[in-house]
Amino acid sequence: MSLTFFTIVLLGLACTGYVMGRRRAMALARSQTAALHSRPVYHGWYVALACGLPAIVIWVAALTIGDQLIESAIIASLPQELRDASGPVLNRFLADAETLAKGGQPAIDVTPALVAASERFGNLRTLEHWIGFAGALGLGLIGFGLAYRRLSTALRVRQPVERLLMFVLLLAATASILTTVGIVFSVLFESIRFFSQVPIFEFLFGLQWSPQIAMRTDQVGSSGAFGAVPLFAGTLMVTFIAMLVAAPIGLMSAVYLAEYAHPRFRAGAKPMLEILAGVPTVVYGFFAALVVAPALRDAGASIGLLVASESAIAAGSVMGIMIIPFVSSLADDALAAVPNALRDASLGLGATRQETITRVVLPAALPGIVAGLLLAVSRAIGETMIVVMAAGLAANLTANPLEAVTTVTVQIVTLLVGDQEFDSAKTLAAFALGLVLFIITLGLNVIALRVVQKYREKVE
Amino acid sequence: MVAVTQATARERDASHADAITIPAERLPELGGPVKMKARGLKLWYSDKQALAGINLDVPERKVTAFIGPSGCGKTTFLQCLNRMNDTIEGVRIEGDVTLDGADVYDRSVDVVQLRARVGMVFQKPNPFPKSIYDNVAYGPRIHGLATNRGDLDGIVESSLQRAGLWNEVKDRLGEMATGMSGGQQQRLCIARTIAVSPEVILMDEPCSALDPISTARVEELIDELRDNYTIVIVTHNLQQAARVSQLTAFFHLGRLIEVNDTAEVFQNPGESMTKDYITGRFG
Ligand SMILES: Nc1ncnc2c1ncn2[C@@H]1O[C@H](COP(=O)(O)OP(=O)(O)OP(=O)(O)O)[C@@H](O)[C@H]1O
Ligand SMILES: [Mg+2]
Repeated sequence: MSLTFFTIVLLGLACTGYVMGRRRAMALARSQTAALHSRPVYHGWYVALACGLPAIVIWVAALTIGDQLIESAIIASLPQELRDASGPVLNRFLADAETLAKGGQPAIDVTPALVAASERFGNLRTLEHWIGFAGALGLGLIGFGLAYRRLSTALRVRQPVERLLMFVLLLAATASILTTVGIVFSVLFESIRFFSQVPIFEFLFGLQWSPQIAMRTDQVGSSGAFGAVPLFAGTLMVTFIAMLVAAPIGLMSAVYLAEYAHPRFRAGAKPMLEILAGVPTVVYGFFAALVVAPALRDAGASIGLLVASESAIAAGSVMGIMIIPFVSSLADDALAAVPNALRDASLGLGATRQETITRVVLPAALPGIVAGLLLAVSRAIGETMIVVMAAGLAANLTANPLEAVTTVTVQIVTLLVGDQEFDSAKTLAAFALGLVLFIITLGLNVIALRVVQKYREKVE
Repeated sequence: MVAVTQATARERDASHADAITIPAERLPELGGPVKMKARGLKLWYSDKQALAGINLDVPERKVTAFIGPSGCGKTTFLQCLNRMNDTIEGVRIEGDVTLDGADVYDRSVDVVQLRARVGMVFQKPNPFPKSIYDNVAYGPRIHGLATNRGDLDGIVESSLQRAGLWNEVKDRLGEMATGMSGGQQQRLCIARTIAVSPEVILMDEPCSALDPISTARVEELIDELRDNYTIVIVTHNLQQAARVSQLTAFFHLGRLIEVNDTAEVFQNPGESMTKDYITGRFG
């Protein structure tokens, strides 16, 4: 009795409930003088839910309780020496019995005891599913019958149905919020563990970053250094270079699109920009690593400049290109939101188009543009793939954009790649970096949203 | 059924063959100088004709009112006077419009200068989201009318004074213009237009978004401005046209049906269509 089969049967039952409930309600409305309190649809939902919900609850309950019972039953039937075995061994054995019962390949040797256990397991499982199914179906039918018989023109079914619907929506909303909160807290707690090993002051202001911790205590360089300033500086530099590329080009293209371009051109170009924004960043990453970085290095060499083959400038400029559509699209929205009446007012006073743009349209759109830029910055800071591929891994505190730098995101990746002990300072450092990243981008987003909100109030 | 719809469609189209539009020689004597002149002005929005050869003289330092049912081309004609519809996609214009005898559609004419001479006040108040001061100073700044801050202050003050707004706003010139009441905003827009010292002011239903008290103030203002400016006003409010204008032009389906002294048009309309419109029988 598989889950799929159960789902199909249950859905069929609920659909039937819906159709019959609705039809009954319409029939009631026709045959009686009193008007229906709730629309027929609600009656349909009422019956469907009355049979579907209890059935689901029973099914879930039967399986949960059933699994417990099966496990204890199997353990009770095991030979003495297995029953006395340690927890992990017993669990391994049970898991393998289950695998075998499902026709899989167990990891331990197939012993007669295992075969017996797996057969038992299979039988009990089938029994459990049948009982669960029968219970669910029975209760579903009872719910169906009761609800169906209760239907009348005066029955107020709308309220309970709508309340239930609201509850479902609420559940969805809280699920997403709770997940976020859960992630934040786990990052926070791991960071606190990290800070109990490495002082927060050293982390935030230390100039030395070499997280390699020796495997053996007698190895050289056994103490890692967790000063994150080189990472912050690297992130800052790459972001700055990216914005240096993205802000002017993005803004100018937005002004062209919003103010000069033919509407037909704009209608075509805007979706194209949005597609560009959807190119996976790993594609930009290898573009940066394989095309831009070597080109920059060769160009540098030809004028006698030493450009590292992984450099801040290569990563930053490609990241800038990646962000252009983002900036351009948001700025274009901000410009398009400026009412035409303002443009007419300015033109009507004898201003040229260019004066109108620089003195009226851009100032009016400025908050929206600033918000767009802030969002772009927060994206640049959080961007990982391009810098992993093109910026470098060595923590290098430098102000020279031609050298390799590393960023917070790159270090998080390198700290977590490969086999790690989960509670070493090295792994925990990734959480601390993640926390910093989270706080910065959250801050930027909050500021950007507030700016947009303020601006909206002002325009309306 | 079909025939009827076709006939109505034909009637609605301004290019209709029997179009009666006033020929130039039948325009009334103005008894004063003519500021702007339109001759045989036709305008198409893509294939749709909106003006069917308009002849009209706009008298200097007087108020001319345009009336007529919605969609008859009042706004379209008004915008031809300072070429505000140049930028609209697919507009085609034939005929002449002159300002002091010079063709405004001539190649040599700079629209920017034209619009400095023929200013416009829009239906909905549209102050810039800047301070009150900056709104009025906007035009003088772009046209370089003031050489120093003192001059600019002077222009701003006199414009606000002439728009009857000075006393209300003199203590809060730095505040956002968008925070004022609708009536104040519209008078600010008028002040903003006056600040570039235009010769003609075009107003497209300037009071349609205002309450009666603000409307009365704007009407008073128009009356005062008439001494120094040539004013053309589009209005749906016939009493307003009767109160503020000296000349009234009645448009219908892209044609100019009647133009005459305001008193004459309202008391003794020459065309039955005009009579029907002002007595509220259609439109
Ligand atoms: N931008 C445009 N594109 C296409 N057709 C237009 C455009 N503007 C106006 N029209 C059409 O031209 C005709 C005249 O319009 P116009 O705005 O001049 O009328 P109006 O007399 O000002 O009307 P109202 O009193 O409602 O403001 C109308 O049929 C209108 O639909
Ligand atoms: Mg109009």
